[in-house]
This record gives sequence, structure tokens and C-alpha cells, in this order.
Amino acid sequence: MERVALIGASMTQFGQRDAWVRELLSEAGLACLDDSGVEPAAIDHLYVSNMASGEFEGQTGIPNALAHDLAAMPAYTARIDQTSSSGGAGVYAAWQSVASGASDMTMLVGGEKMTHRSTAEATDVIASLTHPVEYKHGVTLPSFAGLTARLYLDTYDAPRESLAKVAVKNHANGVDNPHAQFQKEVDLDTVLESPIVADPLRLYDFCPITDGSAALMFCPESIAREYTDDYVTIEGIGGATDTHVVHERADPTTMGGVVDSSQIAYEMADMDPDDMDIAELHDMFTILEFLQSEDLGFFEKGTGWKAVEEGRTDRDGELPINTSGGLKSKGHPLGASGVAQVYEIYAQLTRTAGNRQVDADVGLACNVGGFGNCVTTTIMEAN
Amino acid sequence: MTDEHPPMEAAVYGDGSITYPPHPRGPDGSEAESTIDLSDYNAEIITWTTSTATPPGVRAPNHLAIVEFDVDGEPVRAIGQLTTDDVAIGDRVEAVYVDELRDPDAGIREPDSQAWDGYRLRPVDDE
Repeated sequence: MERVALIGASMTQFGQRDAWVRELLSEAGLACLDDSGVEPAAIDHLYVSNMASGEFEGQTGIPNALAHDLAAMPAYTARIDQTSSSGGAGVYAAWQSVASGASDMTMLVGGEKMTHRSTAEATDVIASLTHPVEYKHGVTLPSFAGLTARLYLDTYDAPRESLAKVAVKNHANGVDNPHAQFQKEVDLDTVLESPIVADPLRLYDFCPITDGSAALMFCPESIAREYTDDYVTIEGIGGATDTHVVHERADPTTMGGVVDSSQIAYEMADMDPDDMDIAELHDMFTILEFLQSEDLGFFEKGTGWKAVEEGRTDRDGELPINTSGGLKSKGHPLGASGVAQVYEIYAQLTRTAGNRQVDADVGLACNVGGFGNCVTTTIMEAN
Repeated sequence: MTDEHPPMEAAVYGDGSITYPPHPRGPDGSEAESTIDLSDYNAEIITWTTSTATPPGVRAPNHLAIVEFDVDGEPVRAIGQLTTDDVAIGDRVEAVYVDELRDPDAGIREPDSQAWDGYRLRPVDDE
């Protein structure tokens, strides 16, 4: 099986946009064509990662619409929906299409249009992924975060401030990301005094509602060299699921899908957690950065909060996490987020990350759907 | 448990495991052999929260808990609304029937696709 390479990437401005989903996807797609130097007619497969364009704006059939807008016909198209991990699932599908030999050039575009909906409406669209016994009680993804955060703090004797420090760190990183929704620092007191959303978590523990899109270009490594010397290879990728009903998990502070998907990715890459130089984690809520940093094997269980407290995950730390600003600062347009995580790793490994550049040759992206229900972990290496 | 209300039904599978809600197959892949009514039992609060940003049709604030029932030595977890936020991890609760937990006509989900009644969780000493 030939290695799969990334030869181009793009992302739109994240935030509150006037554009609708079809326009956002086209914007990222065209920019990715420019970045990679690939002609639209060369695209064999075109995937679109998106959770809910039908529910959010009444627009379905977006892969075909995008193929037309990009003049990429007759490319094979498909929509990849895996809720918040649609982007990661799209990365998996795109990698698989090239690795299998089915496609010599695959474009993945992830995007979502959300901000025209109220917070309550958007929360309900996302909460529609829950089981009926959860939905009827008004359970939302933020409430899962509150439930888990309380248990984590209680079980591991972690201070509330440690969660706030995730927000402070990721907002500081977002200042240097020109595509981020929030390019503004926040201090500890602002986080700790913001309104309660799901006790003990407050407003600044949560990512915003966001419009945006991101795109990636995949091909076999042998073809990548025809386009550029500065490409990135996918060394390992794994996807896994956990229970749909969240309360059925034996330990709510462990995300089984993160554990399982990363083990697959580490094995494929013949690497271990210590080999990672940088990581983009799915910090839809601050507590998720602790859980993933532990379940990916970066830190012992129950000590992820200490790593943040000690600055080990800062941009100048031993393992920078979420140099992009993460979902917390960059924003979380559902279907785009997993693609944008890989965009950040690609930018870092090709030394094009600007003011937020770190010294990294190997990076990992972990994209989480639901509350750990579906996960894709991808390991990439600079050529 | 009250005979006039639908049960808080959990499935008992071939390997002895129990889940709430029931699934077509249990954790080890076996079929359900029987059901039990969790409202016959008390439970312990594993964790809880108060959600203030609630979606359409949901009470605000919405107190929620993950709890664990002990069914003859077999742990069974459930999630549900609490009757109060005056609780702590480790407190005991009982299930009390409510005929409508959420307005079926206000959210995105098709009202006829699921039941909307169920059980809230009340501290055992909460009158």
C-alpha cells in the first residue's frame, strides 16, 4: 500500500459569515486547488464533510453542488456525516480512497453554516444525535461536558482553575491564527466569572457556534512529488466508536473511541505518543482537552490537568496542543473542524504556520463526534 | 414503582448484564431474556450538572444526573432530570414518574418518533 500524501490545504475565515454552506465549501475548495496546483479535472474523488446542512439551512446534495461549482465533474462524490467528527471521518474516507487505489487525486472539503440559528436551535440540532432516553430529558452536548467535568474534578482532585487555563491557553494561541473566530486573549478571571452554562462549566469553557470551511488534497506519494517537495504523509489513521448512550460507559472520564482509534493509528504509523511533536485536539469543551490528552497516551490518566497547569502543552512547551487556537478559539463549524485540525498540522509540518509556527516533524489530530461517540485519529509526518 | 405508569424498563441479557435503555443486543452480543423496572430501585448519583442553556421545549435550568442502580449486585446506569440541584455525588435518589419531561412540539425531533414521559430522579429524603 503506497503512502498517502497531503499536497495542499486551505481554510476560510471562521466566524459569523454571510455566505451559506455551498458558498463556504466553494471558497475553501477553490483555495485548496490554488494551494495544491491541481486542476479540477484531475480530481477523481470529492468528499464533503458536513453534519447537518439540511437541518440548518435546508440545503442537501452539497457534494454534487460543489463538484459543479469547482468544475470537478465527473468526480465521484459523497457526503460524510459523523456529527462533530464528520471532518475526521472525511479524512479517513479520503485517505482510504487513495490508499486503496480507487483514486489518484481526492479532495476533501468540510463545512458548516450555523450562525443564522439561535444558540438554542443550534444546540438542539446537535443534540438530535442523542438517544431518545437522553433527548427527552433535554440532555445536550454541553450538559454531558458539565457532568463529566464535575466527575473529573472530583475523581482526580483537580482544581476548577485548571479547566479555565485550557481556555486561556487556546485563546492565546488563536491570537496568531488569522482564520480564527476569536483572535483575542482571555484571562483566568474572565473565564471563571463568565456565566454558568453547565455547572461547573462556564461560557468560556465552550467553543462558539461558527460558520466556516476547510479543504485538503490527497494523492499517492509518488504523484505528490510531481506537484511539490513540501508535502505531508499520513503515517497512521484510525477510527473507532464508543457507546451511543453515554451513561452506559463504565468510566465517563475515559473516551474509549479516542483510546481505540489512537491505538490503531499508532500501530499503523509504528509510533507511540512520545513521537508526537504537536497535536490538535477536539476542545469543543475545555474538559475534552484533558480527556483526550490522557486517552491518547500523552499523559497518565488523571494528570492531563497538571500538564496544562505546568505549561507542558503551551506553544513553547514540550507538546504544544491546539496551536491553532483549537475549537475553543478558532471556532467549531461542525463538518469543517476535523478538516481544519489537519490543516493546522499540515501548516505546522510544512513550516507555513506564520507567527504560531513551532518546531514539529510529526503531528496528531483527534476529531471527536458526539461526546466521544465516534473518533478519528490521524498521525502525519513532514516529508 | 407504580402499576399505572409505564416502567423504567431495562433489559437483562443472556450474560446477566443489564442496560438502560434496552438494546437489540447486549454488551456481549446476546439477546435480552427479560426486562426489569428500575423504578423499583434506588440509585446513587455518579455525577450531576445544572444546564442553563437549554434547547427549545426544555425547562431552564435543567438539573441532570448520571446515576447507578444496584440491581441485585449488577450495576445499571441511567441519566435523567433531577427534581432539585440540592444534591451531591454519592447521594441516593429514587425515580418519580413525570408525564411529560419536555415539550414534544418545540424541538427538532419528530414528536411521534419517541416517548416523552419518563422518570425524574428525586433525593430519597426529598419530600
